[in-house]
Amino acid sequence: MPDHDHIPHEARDRQETLDAIRETGQPYPPSEEFELHAADSRTLWGDALRRMLKNKLAVAAIVWLAIMVLLAVTADLWVPQTFGSPTKIDTATIVKQRLIPPSAAHPFGTDDLGRDIFARVVYGARISLAVGILATAISIVIGLMLGALSGYYGGLIDSAIMRLADVFFAFPYILFVVALIAVLGKGFINVFIAIGILGWASIARVFRSSILSVKENDYVDAARALGASDVRIMARHIMPNAVAPIIVYSTMSIGGAILTEAALSFLGMGVQPPTPAWGLMLNDAQNFMETAPWMMIWPGLAILTTVLAFVLLGDGLRDALDVKMKD
Amino acid sequence: MLKYIARRVLQVIPVFIGVTLVLFLLQAVVPGDPVKMITGERAMSPALRLQIMKANNLDKPLPVQYVIYVNKLLHGDLGTSYQRGRAVRDMLGEKYPYTVRLAFAAIIIEIIVGIAAGIISAVKQYSFLDVLVTLSTSVLVSVPVFWLGMLLQVFFGIVLKQWTGGQMYMPISGAGGLSSDFPDWVYLVLPAITLASVSTAYAARIMRSQLLEIMGADYIRTARAKGLTSQGVIWKHALKNALIPVVTFIGLDLGAMLSGAILTETVFNYPGIGLEIYLAIGRRDWPVVMGGVVLVVVVVMVINLIVDVSYAFLDPRIRYGGAAE
Repeated sequence: MPDHDHIPHEARDRQETLDAIRETGQPYPPSEEFELHAADSRTLWGDALRRMLKNKLAVAAIVWLAIMVLLAVTADLWVPQTFGSPTKIDTATIVKQRLIPPSAAHPFGTDDLGRDIFARVVYGARISLAVGILATAISIVIGLMLGALSGYYGGLIDSAIMRLADVFFAFPYILFVVALIAVLGKGFINVFIAIGILGWASIARVFRSSILSVKENDYVDAARALGASDVRIMARHIMPNAVAPIIVYSTMSIGGAILTEAALSFLGMGVQPPTPAWGLMLNDAQNFMETAPWMMIWPGLAILTTVLAFVLLGDGLRDALDVKMKD
Repeated sequence: MLKYIARRVLQVIPVFIGVTLVLFLLQAVVPGDPVKMITGERAMSPALRLQIMKANNLDKPLPVQYVIYVNKLLHGDLGTSYQRGRAVRDMLGEKYPYTVRLAFAAIIIEIIVGIAAGIISAVKQYSFLDVLVTLSTSVLVSVPVFWLGMLLQVFFGIVLKQWTGGQMYMPISGAGGLSSDFPDWVYLVLPAITLASVSTAYAARIMRSQLLEIMGADYIRTARAKGLTSQGVIWKHALKNALIPVVTFIGLDLGAMLSGAILTETVFNYPGIGLEIYLAIGRRDWPVVMGGVVLVVVVVMVINLIVDVSYAFLDPRIRYGGAAE
């Protein structure tokens, strides 16, 4: 299997080195040099995109996620007007609209407080997508920094960070999140902070191992010999080659974060009522499994399809970017 | 080999210290006055307050408290529940057998269904069955376990009962007992399926990808060239090697399941250790939470250790591979 990652950068670095010595005597040539190569039609990312579009499941996942995002973003413009407020609780609505099965006016039915379930599912998408993306972003920032320190410098720093990762892995995940929420307090912000803080260890490991595999290359030595700083070597030579596994891993962990948020809300430790969150809706639905099964069907399907879309997208990215991962 | 085991055992120590330290710090910063959690909201004289603090070592500085705590832990003392006044060890000891039973029931499902599905999927690659297995594993990984539990409850507890006119249904809550209509093991079925779902999907995926990878290996081609039947090749040569990573995964998973399935146990109101810890968090009974999590973490660490060492026995590449990270 040809290694798409390494060839262009390595070639570029050799070229860079030679040019620098021959012409300017400076360690690095003017940055226009890079433009020439960027113009090549067959790039790593171009190839990846082409392979991605051939994967039907991945395309379906992208379409589904796009629909979800569109619904969530535009919700304020049409959902409350058509289906009623997803949060308002008043006696009149409860009496009139309690537990209506799916119908034309309420495609997903209504819940025990007379609120339209479709409206609540759409607004729930906001919470889930926001928590999924923000929590993963936090994990990535912490994980990349610690993973970079660990992989690049090795030695004592490496051992310390990896032992810390072991500690985080030793905890049963959900229990640890729940305990952390007990300390931080319930609520939307604490949920994504807790999930984000706990997610760094896997990202750090993935990034560390890709740094280890990249940093022994000749072009990294060459750059160092030319006096490039650590930061520059990281940013210009290691990051671009180590980033693919991170992209794949983060996509999948957005799905994981959405599942965790749903679980926390289900346990009553996440987003608090009356805010519509899918896990919370399932918690409400537990009391009406016999009389109003539609209350549990739609939020569950929403979680399932969204997480599945991120998983399939991650699979597609993995194949397209040719990332080797443990299954 | 001994050296490998020794190194692996030594790795456990810093993790244990780290885990207890993290837990200790968490309960130290948790909002709320521990004395009030012990006594409830009632007025008390400063002298009494001091006495309660002394009895629980709350008057000492944090580092000293930590040392006392770890020392007690090493002697098997997990402390006393704030609200129940009972030894945490006894409280957890009552619940743990339930968790162990549930974990083993789930592991049996995982072994049978996961490995079988993986083998079928790999042997009949690209067939209808393979596509079915591959797709359903993706779906299973994405299902929220508590929702799966609720679906099973609705189907086997409510719908099935209506269809059969109350003749046939399954219990959806609790763990049986003397007054129950069912034998105790029936209560395990639905929670075990729920708990096993995600891991079974992963086991099937690993089994499939391992078997496919090995069937492409040179020695398999040699075995075929030698004239062995496909069946013989699969059962005698491929499966043996392909099973190693799957067994490792299942071993690690057993550790995870023994750590209490907080979601499954909550949905089915199953009295295991996960539910106990969850309820303790809700009422801020920190000794129970810490005792429970420490117990669970130790179990997980020991099982991971056993799995790693037996993996090294089975696969010489690990033990001679130098830095086994």
